[in-house]
This record gives sequence, C-alpha cells and structure tokens, in this order.
Amino acid sequence: MKTLVYVEHEGGQIKDATLAAVTAASKLGEVHALVAGSNVGAVAEAATRIAGVGKVHVADGAHLDHGLAENVAPVVAKLMETHDAFVTPATTTGKNLAPRVAALLDVMQISEVLSVEDENTFTRPIYAGNAIATVRSKDAKKVLTVRGTAFEKAAREGGSGSVENVDAGSDSGSSSFVGVEESKSDRPELTSAKIIVSGGRAFGSSEQFHALLDPLADKLGAGVGASRAAVDAGYARTTIRSARPARSSLPRSTSRSASPARSSTSRHEGFEGHRRHQQGRGSPIFQVADIGLVGDLFKIVPELTEKL
Amino acid sequence: MKVLVAVKRVIDYNVKPRVKMDGTGVDLTNVKMSMNPFDEIAVEEAIRLKEKGVATEIVAVSIGPAKAQETLRTALAMGADRAILVQTDEEVEPLGVAKIIAKIAGEEQPELVILGKQAIDDDNNATGQMLAALLGWPQGTFASKLDPSGGEVSVTREVDGGLETDKLKLPAVITTDLRLNEPRYASLPNIMKAKSKPLATKTPEEIGVDIARRLETLKVAEPAKRQAGDKVGSVDELIGKLKTLGVVA
Repeated sequence: MKTLVYVEHEGGQIKDATLAAVTAASKLGEVHALVAGSNVGAVAEAATRIAGVGKVHVADGAHLDHGLAENVAPVVAKLMETHDAFVTPATTTGKNLAPRVAALLDVMQISEVLSVEDENTFTRPIYAGNAIATVRSKDAKKVLTVRGTAFEKAAREGGSGSVENVDAGSDSGSSSFVGVEESKSDRPELTSAKIIVSGGRAFGSSEQFHALLDPLADKLGAGVGASRAAVDAGYARTTIRSARPARSSLPRSTSRSASPARSSTSRHEGFEGHRRHQQGRGSPIFQVADIGLVGDLFKIVPELTEKL
Repeated sequence: MKVLVAVKRVIDYNVKPRVKMDGTGVDLTNVKMSMNPFDEIAVEEAIRLKEKGVATEIVAVSIGPAKAQETLRTALAMGADRAILVQTDEEVEPLGVAKIIAKIAGEEQPELVILGKQAIDDDNNATGQMLAALLGWPQGTFASKLDPSGGEVSVTREVDGGLETDKLKLPAVITTDLRLNEPRYASLPNIMKAKSKPLATKTPEEIGVDIARRLETLKVAEPAKRQAGDKVGSVDELIGKLKTLGVVA
C-alpha cells in the first residue's frame, strides 16, 4: 500500500505530530509525504530526512500558504490517484483537511486512529474515549487522521527521500486567511507533549496558576494544560486546555455541575506519569493517577519545582 | 439569508456510556437521549443571526430514527422555523449524512449551513468538512466567532496554535466549537408553540442517497482500565516515585 502523509509545518518547522503520522503510515506500507505551502523548499528538504519517508511531493504556491482546506484538498485528491491511503495527524489542521479530501474521493474517513491492526482495520475512540471501536474499512482508498500520542515519533534524521514537484492547483477564491492570534509559547504543544503539567480552579487566579505551574513546567520541559473550569475562569487560554479529550469535552458541563469524570478520567491516555495534587482525598483523580499526593498546592508545587 | 442547521440525536452528555457485554456497541436501551451539544450551539448561533436581522429563516435537519423528531422539536422550541427529518433506522456515517444534507441544501438554497463540529457518540469530526467538499463551498471549522456581512462571513477558528480568522464567500459551511455561544433553554410557551411548527419527513431513498456503511464495526470494547496508583506522603517521596517511573531523571 502506498501512503501519503500530510506534513504539517509552521515557520519552516515540521510539527511533531507529523512524525507520529509517518509511523502510523509506515504500518500500512510505503510512506510518501506531501508538503504544501508557499516557499516550502526547506520544509520539503527536511521532510526527505525523516526516517522512513520515500518520496516527498511538493506543492508550492502562494494560495497554499496557510493550508486553506479549499485549496489543499484538490491537490491531495489529485495525488490520491496514485496513492492508497492519506494520513494526517489528528490536529486541528488534519481534522480540517482530511474529511474534505475523503468526501472528494467518496471515502469514509477513519478518525483519530489509535492503532493500525492491518491495512483495512483500525481502532479508534468513540464516546469521548469511553469506548474503543475496532473498525474495518470497505473503501478501496483510506483516509485517516491519527492521534499523535498513540504512535512513536519517526526520527527527524536518517531518511533519504527524494523531492518531486507536483501541480499546486489554483486558488479557489472562496476562502482567504485573515490572521492568527497565536498563543505564544516555547513549550511543547499538548497534542504531542510527553509531559504535561496541568492545574484547575484551585489555584484561585490566573496569576497564581502561572506563577506556580510555569516554573515547574520549565523544569520538566513540559506543556502546560488546564482543566475546563480553569479555562472558563480565564486562568489559561483555550489552546492550553488539557489534552485531546478535554478539547472536545462538552459544553456547559461545569455550569450544570455534571460529573467531570467522563472527560477527566479519559484525559490521561497516552501520557506517562501523572502528578496530581488535589484537595480532597476521595477525588476521582486518584482512581486513575499513578501517584497521588494530597496537600496544600501552594506549598507542594514550589517545593517540587525547587527539588527537581 | 436562509440558514440550515443540522442536529443529531445522541446519548445525553451527562450519561456515562456503557459498552454492551457482547462487544457490539454502546448500550442505548433506556438511556436518556438529547440533542448533540455542539449542534445546540449551531442552532443557537442561527437564532442569534436571526435576532440580529441577518438570518431570515432557520431550517433544522436531522437524519435518524422517528424519535429524532423530538430533537427537531427541541430545535424548533429554541427558535428554528421549520424542520426536516430524514428518517432511517440505519446508523448513517458522516459521508452519508453529508450527502443527504448536500441534497437538501440543493433544494433549500441556504447561504449558511451550520453544524456541530462533532457528534459526541461517534466523535468523527467530519460531516461539515465533507458537506463543504460535496457542495464545493468554503468551510469554517471549529468556529468560536461568526460575523457575516456583505456576501462574506468572517470566521474565527479554534486551532491548535491559537485563534485563526478566515474570510469565506457565501454560501459556506460552518462547524461550531464550544466557545461560539452558550445555548438557551427553550421556554415552556416556545415548547408548546414548537408543536405546531412544520416538520416534514423524508427517507434517504426519496432523496436518492446511498447510505450503505463503508466502515464495519468489528468490536467495541471498554478502554483499558487504569489502575489506581499509590499515595505518597511528601514531595521527596513523589520525586522518588517519578524517578522510578522514568518521568524525571
């Protein structure tokens, strides 16, 4: 099976989630990559060095600059005439693009793949991770988005792929990029971070949240996550909401005081090591955490940061 | 402008899903069902556009069993003007749903179709994007802000790196994220009024769409249970444990 992996890049850098998609694709067969964008020669060159990547297809054009799905999807659909599977990371970029490609190919996408069982069979989470479905695709071509934390990252170096320029298509004229308000951070993104330091409303304020958690995250090289309640209270930006399942957690669940168990227990999938300091010894977190410590977070967190 | 909103009847989000013993799916017998929460946000946004004088008519569409009428009545009680049920007892995948809505959009000629970004049962996050592809329309996914004016709509999208704003030419497809709005509760008088609003019923066959599934579910299982770990008494013990687990060096 010949696969085509969508290379997600920003500022000339290939994102980590792409490397996990390469690993997932390699379980299906030969791995080709697509780099789409404007002046992406350097990104394409970097893509050829990813271990396991054969050919790198490059679509270069100003209309592809911001990865607008309206412009990128037809380029992918054309390349899929000679490939059998299209694989993107299950990031917002991948989730925006892949279904548009799938519909152009008349294929039902397999979303947020956790494992590749064989070239037709995959596992994926349903019901916010409360169940895992094993599905078999009857489509001749496959379109999948893969969860970044479920697959090892392919090495950035070691590959010796070749570059091939392909037809970049044209501007659909129906959509345009206006701007992005980036949440600037040197920390790892939550979709691919190995360690995440996360906190909730117990911090009491945005200042205290960051004053305590940021130094700890810096020490660990960790991403900073936050519970929905903390995000809603304005302690943290939506973009640092904790982990994938929480990003898709449900509206109004806090205001209706529903049990947080459904999202907060699924939230630990794919992460190694959980450190939770939470008031209340009977908290549901302790049903799933590997290590628990109960105490005053304003004492424990600084002490931990200092001693690490 | 006319706005089409798509709503799905799903397990209520306060209900903890239980996997069936035989591994064929999630047990939905005697389980409370409600409108998919992201779809509630879609309905609410359409109503707000109407209240602002931007939208003129709101048509709610659902694809599902006869009971999906209740979901449509909820949309009507919130403020939609009329409803279309495409009735089937089959479980329709996003591709089939997108094809059905594309046909309805062909008849209704809306300028905006607003859908939830994903359903909380199958979690595919695909229908809106597929619909946009089938119609050849632009898509504004994971929207946290919408501002239509002068034949265009400005959409702020919740993306991994922050908030991205795109401009789309109408007609367009929008999928909603959590922060777009907070849906209203239908008032009792509006619930009563909704009972007399028009609700048309069709079948996928009448619409002429093949809804045969492309994905076969072989098994549904509970995720591997995490074992409760140990409690420690001090930060030093915690660091010791973290080292044992290889989290810190």
